[in-house]
Amino acid sequence: MSEPSALGQLARSFAMISLIAIGGINAVLPALREVVVDSMRWMDDATFMQLFAVTQITPGPNVVIVSLVGWQVAGLAGLLVATLAMLLPACLLAFLIGRVAVRLEGSKGLRLAQNALVPVAIGLILAGGLDLSHAAYRGWLTPLIVAANVAGILFTKLNPVWGLMASALVALAAHYSGLFVLA
Amino acid sequence: MNTSKRSVSLFELFKGFATIGLLGFGGVAVMARHVIVEKYQWLTEKEYATILGMGQVLPGANVVNASVVIGDRFQGPKGSIVCVLGIMVLPIVILLTFAMLYDQFGQLPAVSVALTGAGAAAAGMVLATGLKMALKVKLDLAGWLIVGCAILGVVVLRVSMVYVVLALIPTALIVTAWLGKK
Repeated sequence: MSEPSALGQLARSFAMISLIAIGGINAVLPALREVVVDSMRWMDDATFMQLFAVTQITPGPNVVIVSLVGWQVAGLAGLLVATLAMLLPACLLAFLIGRVAVRLEGSKGLRLAQNALVPVAIGLILAGGLDLSHAAYRGWLTPLIVAANVAGILFTKLNPVWGLMASALVALAAHYSGLFVLA
Repeated sequence: MNTSKRSVSLFELFKGFATIGLLGFGGVAVMARHVIVEKYQWLTEKEYATILGMGQVLPGANVVNASVVIGDRFQGPKGSIVCVLGIMVLPIVILLTFAMLYDQFGQLPAVSVALTGAGAAAAGMVLATGLKMALKVKLDLAGWLIVGCAILGVVVLRVSMVYVVLALIPTALIVTAWLGKK
């Protein structure tokens, strides 16, 4: 695939995803995975999940998964195009709405929108988590790691990054003791 | 009261949001509240909650949306740009370093295995984020129905997400408005 068309494709798909991201980037991870893995075939599920892991170790907003995909697809230009495509539409909208926010505050319309859209966001994020758990499947160990991290986050106050590190070590230990082979 | 609106310079905004970006491991939401409300006291708890609450009904990364609104409030459009740059630039530089390391060493079996474990953990993080939100807002029946529809559409039927979201937003608004009237 030639570079310009990859850049155009990145810009188009990610700008579209930006505008449906009710609930943030976590809510649209399945859409991102669908574009990157299923339709464009820029990478496979395993690579996508490894990149996602890299962005979780990186500090900052989760939206940088888009930057990393852009980098993998088309280098520095890809990174810039992907990041801008993902940020610009949503940021412009936030800017405009922010200007009228004072008038909206406490209004019936805003409350209705919140009551209606927060469940949408939660549903999309849960769907995202399930979709990624499926994409992360590489044998018996990965579902256990998913479950252990969910439990760790729900029942402890530890920063989730510790779970990420521990999971990497557990996978290594299981692999080198011969218990776990990547499927 | 808006009368005590402090003046916050572009440089202060950049520094504050760079701190949020740089120290926000595992998501920036916690760090953002700490910096904006506690450390620099740019906004009161309530003002910040209002801005975040608005962010929830808008598409896009919540904290990035909040940074746009906060930047505009203190320094106009220039402030918005500075805040978004502040929160994004350093993480992207760090990410680039990791990306180059990944390109170099990602094929090594040990790296691949470790990142597979971390990837599964990251999937768990997303799942837990959704569950935590669901428990926190105490969804009613309509809420759970909407959540169920989202999961059904995206995970079970595997409909393209754009269609799921476009169908779900009006449905959720109508159902919520209808139930609210009763």
